[in-house]
Amino acid sequence: MNPYNNGEHVCSPLRFLLKGISAGDFSSQEVIDHYKSRIEKFNQKLGAFLFLNPSDSFEDGSLKGIPIGLKDNLVTKDMPTTCASKILKGYIPPYDAHVVSRLRSSGAWFPGKLNMDEFAMGSSNEYSAFSPVRNPWNLDCVPGGSSGGSAASVAAGLVPAALGSDTGGSIRQPASFCGVTGLKPTYGRVSRYGLIAFASSLDQIGTFTRTAEDAALLLSIISGHDQKDSTSANVDLPDFSAQLTGNIKGLKIGLPKEYFSTGLSDEVESAVKKAVTDLEKEGAVVEEVSLPHSKYAVAVYYLVATAEASSNLARFDGMRYGLRVEDGALIPTYEKTRGTGFGAEVKRRIMLGTYALSAGYYDAFYKKALQVRTLIQRDFISAFEKFDIIAAPTTPTTAFKLGENLSDPLTMYLQDIYTISANLAGLPAISIPCGFSKENLPIGLQMIGKPFAESEILKAADAYQRITDWHLRRPREFDE
Amino acid sequence: MSISIDEVKHIAFLARLSLTEEEAERYSNDLSRILEYASTICKLDTADVPTTSHVIEIKNVLRDDETGNTLDRETVLSQAPSSDDACFIAPRIL
Repeated sequence: MNPYNNGEHVCSPLRFLLKGISAGDFSSQEVIDHYKSRIEKFNQKLGAFLFLNPSDSFEDGSLKGIPIGLKDNLVTKDMPTTCASKILKGYIPPYDAHVVSRLRSSGAWFPGKLNMDEFAMGSSNEYSAFSPVRNPWNLDCVPGGSSGGSAASVAAGLVPAALGSDTGGSIRQPASFCGVTGLKPTYGRVSRYGLIAFASSLDQIGTFTRTAEDAALLLSIISGHDQKDSTSANVDLPDFSAQLTGNIKGLKIGLPKEYFSTGLSDEVESAVKKAVTDLEKEGAVVEEVSLPHSKYAVAVYYLVATAEASSNLARFDGMRYGLRVEDGALIPTYEKTRGTGFGAEVKRRIMLGTYALSAGYYDAFYKKALQVRTLIQRDFISAFEKFDIIAAPTTPTTAFKLGENLSDPLTMYLQDIYTISANLAGLPAISIPCGFSKENLPIGLQMIGKPFAESEILKAADAYQRITDWHLRRPREFDE
Repeated sequence: MSISIDEVKHIAFLARLSLTEEEAERYSNDLSRILEYASTICKLDTADVPTTSHVIEIKNVLRDDETGNTLDRETVLSQAPSSDDACFIAPRIL
């Protein structure tokens, strides 16, 4: 059983494993054992898993016991959920997140919980309170963040697929750095019930897979309206897999000129442009487009996201769950608990958000950011009058070295420059591998779609994967 | 933009975070730099632009007024740092 090299050009591990189990080529238990042995062999090198599930049991369902990794900000009633934070160390939630119950009742087996930047705040996974994650393509490099464990585990073949969350690029950026397919659905497409909140108007759960085909399969299981998330959208649910026809004739692709300017590395630029030319050869129509307010996206994001985080993270007070550090009366106990339990980056963002919301600065910063958010959203609305999708780089560079951006928080924030706008406008977006640098590090192509048009970006991604083989490449170090 | 150490301490109090002197100094530098960068948006004219706090058109989401299930009390209390049979126990308030 080799889910990664079975002679098919678009080799989708999820589809391959489901077919193999159905045909009796191998059993569910053999699949579980295969991945367990890979995790045992390679996890220490990668630091991808924070917790391993001691149980092999799974429910009856269409996924037949196939392993799906879970980012550690998705609550699970039978496994600890920590958000890679000391403040939640050992916490066992009393319920399952909506996506977890969907997967559980569909027959998924959960191998364990995946490492991340603490509370999903970071772009390198170095802000995990427990251990960094390493990039399977080069162990000296970061896997990206915040869903670094999810991306690295799929890239190294420790799981066939995983879930992550994306607030400003936390699925797409690590997918790009690790050479896998990362999908952030439209805001509202997937219920956030049981996703530990970072910035509620931006957070969205999505998938890490090898291919668009597998992403469509997983998305159809986790998406749909949920009464327990009042922001979950009650909209039609297409058959995502059925849309993957390979036919993109006449698809109108806009290339935002603001995304191809200063700061973009030459290697990334030429790989992305080559990918767009390949799509053009398949019948897509490509033209330049302008998203004039793009340059304000990072500033808007780090005001809006931190303001929301400062409010969301107020719940970690040491009273009902998690860490408590007693210091006499109530308020000093709150302060000590939070001062000790949160890491440096989380505290920095809580402070920034508290400042942006505080009397005297609210209008100048928070309200202003919400107005500029409207301008950014309008840019996309007008671009989508002419185009079906927007194509761009996912990240300005390939994966950087561990420690390289740690001393300067602002440099780290600028990693998200191409991914943030899709969150601010609530749009679906995908990152797929489209080349490698001279140092053999993956490069990602990002495609952004209209609200609830995941089918369009999945179709374009699948069409690209039918004619290229970047998504089939695997880091040699993790071969059997 | 410059955020003084005293301002940092005030924000930390509002956010209920204890900080060491060293942290206060570091955050004074970091916040000053980040806010300096963020203030690029202040120059934009947004007089007639409405705010966007939420991207999809959903208003007043209510569920049917029916009795549902709640979480089991024992399970919930089992995760508390301090509790008795029925309550979370918090330090004294005054």
